[in-house]
Amino acid sequence: MALKTEPFVLNIGPVHPSTHGVFRMRATMDGEVVLDIEPVFGYLHRGIEKLAEQRTYGGFIPLTDRLDYIASMSNNFAYVTAVEKLAGIKVPERAEYLRVIMAELQRIAAFLIAVGAFLNDCGAFFTPFIYMFREREKIVDLFEMVSGQRLTYNYMRVGGVSQDIPDEFLPALRKFLDKMPGYIDEYDRLLMQNEILLARSKGIGILTREKAINCSISGPVLRASGVEWDIRKADPYSIYDRFEFDIPTGTVGDCYDRYRVRIAEMRQSLRILEQAVAQLPSGPIRSDVPHLVRPPVGEAYTHIEAPKGELGFYLVSDNSIAPYRCHIRPPSLINLTALREMVRGWKIADAIVIFGSIDITVGEIDR
Amino acid sequence: MAIIDFVINSRVPMQALPPDWPGGFWWHWLFFTVVIIGFVLTMVMGFIYIERRGMGYMQSRLGPNRTGPFGLLQPVADALKVLLKENIVPTTADKLVHWLAPIVAFAPALMIFAVIPFQDKALLADLNIGILYIVAISSVSTVGVFMAGWGSSSKYSLLGAMRNVAAVVSYEIPLVLAVVGVVMIAGSMSLNQIVLAQNIPFILLQPLGCLLFFVAGCAEINRSPFDLMEADSEIVAGFHTEYSGMKFAMFYLVEYAEALAISAIITTLFLGGWRGPLLPPILWFVLKVVIVFFVMVWTRTTLPRVRIDQLMALAWKFLLPLALINLVITAIQVLIWPTALPWILVPVNFAIMVVLILIWSKFFKLGLGRIEV
Amino acid sequence: MTRTLSGKDIAGQLEEKFPGSIVESNQAHLIVKSEVLPDTLRFLKETAGLDFNYLNHITAVDYYQYFEVVYQLSSLEHNHTTVVKARCYDRENPSLPSVIGIWQGADFQEREIYDLMGINFTGHPNMKRIFLWEDFQGHPLRKDYL
Repeated sequence: MALKTEPFVLNIGPVHPSTHGVFRMRATMDGEVVLDIEPVFGYLHRGIEKLAEQRTYGGFIPLTDRLDYIASMSNNFAYVTAVEKLAGIKVPERAEYLRVIMAELQRIAAFLIAVGAFLNDCGAFFTPFIYMFREREKIVDLFEMVSGQRLTYNYMRVGGVSQDIPDEFLPALRKFLDKMPGYIDEYDRLLMQNEILLARSKGIGILTREKAINCSISGPVLRASGVEWDIRKADPYSIYDRFEFDIPTGTVGDCYDRYRVRIAEMRQSLRILEQAVAQLPSGPIRSDVPHLVRPPVGEAYTHIEAPKGELGFYLVSDNSIAPYRCHIRPPSLINLTALREMVRGWKIADAIVIFGSIDITVGEIDR
Repeated sequence: MAIIDFVINSRVPMQALPPDWPGGFWWHWLFFTVVIIGFVLTMVMGFIYIERRGMGYMQSRLGPNRTGPFGLLQPVADALKVLLKENIVPTTADKLVHWLAPIVAFAPALMIFAVIPFQDKALLADLNIGILYIVAISSVSTVGVFMAGWGSSSKYSLLGAMRNVAAVVSYEIPLVLAVVGVVMIAGSMSLNQIVLAQNIPFILLQPLGCLLFFVAGCAEINRSPFDLMEADSEIVAGFHTEYSGMKFAMFYLVEYAEALAISAIITTLFLGGWRGPLLPPILWFVLKVVIVFFVMVWTRTTLPRVRIDQLMALAWKFLLPLALINLVITAIQVLIWPTALPWILVPVNFAIMVVLILIWSKFFKLGLGRIEV
Repeated sequence: MTRTLSGKDIAGQLEEKFPGSIVESNQAHLIVKSEVLPDTLRFLKETAGLDFNYLNHITAVDYYQYFEVVYQLSSLEHNHTTVVKARCYDRENPSLPSVIGIWQGADFQEREIYDLMGINFTGHPNMKRIFLWEDFQGHPLRKDYL
C-alpha cells in the first residue's frame, strides 16, 4: 500500500534563530525537502526613503546607519558620496583616507559576522561565531574611539568626516593590523578543511555565473560565482584607485565558495588598510560645506562596494535643502532574488545554510 | 559531592543480592532508588556546569561565573528559573500526549542506571542480561520524544521528532553490534561481570568498538554533531519547541540524563567502570564518566552539524559495516586465542582500527545532494 | 573606471532599430516610450558592443505630472553604464511593462515600486505588495501621500 503524502507549508520566521532578523520564508516542504520557497519581507519597514524627503541632506546621515546596521560606516560612505556627487563637493585628502580606513574596517567587521553566522547556521555551535566576535569587538572599539558609538556610528559628513581620529587610534589600529592576519589563519584552522563542513557546504546551493548576473546579484555572492566584479576596481570611487589589492573569486558558486571569498576579502581589506595607514596625509578633515547643502537640480547615482554588495544611492535634487527623492539600492534585498532557485530541491538544513551564505541584513531589505 | 561521601562512608552494606531477611530486599531497593535519583540529579547539575563552563573556555569566554563560587550554583538558578516559568500548551496540542511526553522520555533515562554498577556489586539489580536491558530501555525515550513532537502539533516539533526516530532506529544497530564485541570478550551480559572482566580496559582491546559506540551513542542522545533533532538553526528546538516551564525542564533533564547514561555505559563497558588504583571506586566511576562527557562537550563545540541524509549514510554505510567487521575480528580473536595474553592484541587491534577507518573513508561519501523537484 | 555611455549615442542605435521609440535623450540618460520599453531594453542587453547584462537598480520618481521609472544598466564585460528612463503619465492607474523576463533581478524591485509608488508592472508573475500588508491603502512614496 502506498502511503499518501502531501506537501506542507513551514513558516521559517519571522522569529527564527537563523533568519538574521525579522524575515520570513514561506517554505513548501515534502518531508525534509524544500519544494518551493517564498521570501516575505516588510517586518522592519520604516519608510526610510520617505523620511529622507523630509530631512536635510545632512540630517539623513543618521538614518543611513539604520539600513545595514552591522555595516553603518559603509552606508554613511555611500550616502555622502552621492550627496557630494550631486552637489559637486570636493573632499579633503585626509578625509578620503579616513573614510577608506573606516569602510575597510567595517568590511572586515561585517564579514566576521557573516562568516561566523554562516558557520553557526552550519551547526558549529557558536565557537567560530564567538571567535569572530572577539576580533569584531576590537574593530568596534576603534570605531568607538572615533565616533563614540558602537553600532550606529554616524561618522561621515557631507564633505568629510565628523571629527579627526584621536591620537590613540593609529597605534590601536596598527596593533590590530599586526594581529589580524594571524587571527584569520586561526579561523581557517578552525573549520576550513572540516569534513562535515565540506559535506554541508561544497556543491550546495550553486549559483551559476549567468544566473548571478541576470539576477543582479552583487558583492561576495557574485564574486563567489566566478564574476570578477568589484566596484572598488571596476568603478573606483573615493581614492580606491590608489590601492593595490586583488579581487578574490570563487569557481563554483556554492556555499563553500561564498565562505572562502569572504575570508579572502578580509585579507585584501587588510592590505588596503596597510596602504591607507601608510599613506595617511595630514590636513583638514572636512571641506567648507554649508550647513544646509542645496545641490543644483539634477540627479546622481553612486554605488560603493559595501560588505553585502553594491550599495547605491539614487538622489534627485530640486535645489531645496532636502532630497526630492532618495532611493537606496539594497544589496541584501536584490541578492535574495535567486534564493528560490538556489534552495529548491535541497533539504531544509541546506536551505538555512544557503540563506546564511548569502548574508543579509533585514534593516537593509525592508528599509 | 556530599552524596558521594555518604555512599562511600556509609556503614550500610551495598549489596547486590537481597539477604535472606525479608526486609533486606526492600531496603536495598529503596536505598538504590534514592541513590540513583540523587546521583542522576547531582551529576546532571554537574554536567550542566561542566558543559557551560567548558564551552565557555573553549569559546574564549568565561561562561556563567556569577551565581555562587565559580558559578557553581548556575544549574540551580537555571532550574529555579525554568520551574517558575509559565507552562504554555498550544491550543491545538494533543493535551494528554503533550503532557505525558516528558515523563515517558524521562523514566527510561533513569531506569538505565538500575543495572550500572557504581562499585563492585553496588547496583540496584545485577541482571544477567544487563546490556540487553539497557539497549531495550534506552530506545523507549524515543517514544517520549515522538509523543512530544506529535502532541505539540507544531511542524518544527514534528520534523525534529521524525528525525529523532529515524536516527535512533538507524543507530541502534551499530550501537548493539559494538556492544556485542565487549560481551564476547567478557563472556557475560551482566555489567558487573563485564567490569570485573576488565583487567585491562576494553577500550584497548576494542578500540573500534568504543569509537563506534561513542559515535552511535552521541547520535542516539542528540549530541552534536548529530544534534539535528533539536538543531536550533534549522528547526528552532526540534521536539521541545512548544514546551515551557516544568515540562521543558524535564526534557532538559532528559537530555543530560541520557548523556550521563551513555557516559556511564561507555565507562562501564570500555573504561573499566569503577576499577582503578588508589582512589575509591565511586570516585573512579564519576571521574571516568566526567571525562567521557567532556569529550562530548568537546565535539559539540568543535564540529558542525550533519544533515539528515548524511546522518543516515553514516549509520548504514560507515558504522554498520565497520561494526560487523569488528564483530567478526573479535569473534576470531576470542575463538582462536582464548587464553592468549591480551596485551599483544592491543597494538594489533589499534592497527586494525586505523586501517579499517582509512580504507572505509576512501569509499565513503557523505550526502546525497539535490533532489530534482 | 566605469564609462558612462552617452544617452545620445545609444539613442542613435535605438532609433535605427525602433523608429520613434525615443522620447528624449541627453548626455546622462535617454527616455524611451513605455510601450517599447522591453524591446529596447532587450536590444540593449543583447546587442554586441552594448551588452548591458547587469541591471544595477530600478527606481521610480514621482514628478506630479508623471512617474519616471529609472533603469540603471551596466555591462560587466565592457564596464560601461547608462541610464534608461520611462514615463507614466496616468496617475490613477499607472502601468509599465515588466522587465523581469530580461533581468530577473528586477523581480523584487518592481514589486517594491508597485508597493510604494503604485506603478503596476504588467507581465510580472507575482505583482503584489512586498513590504506593506495587503490591505494597505495608498502608496507611501508618492508625493501626494501624506
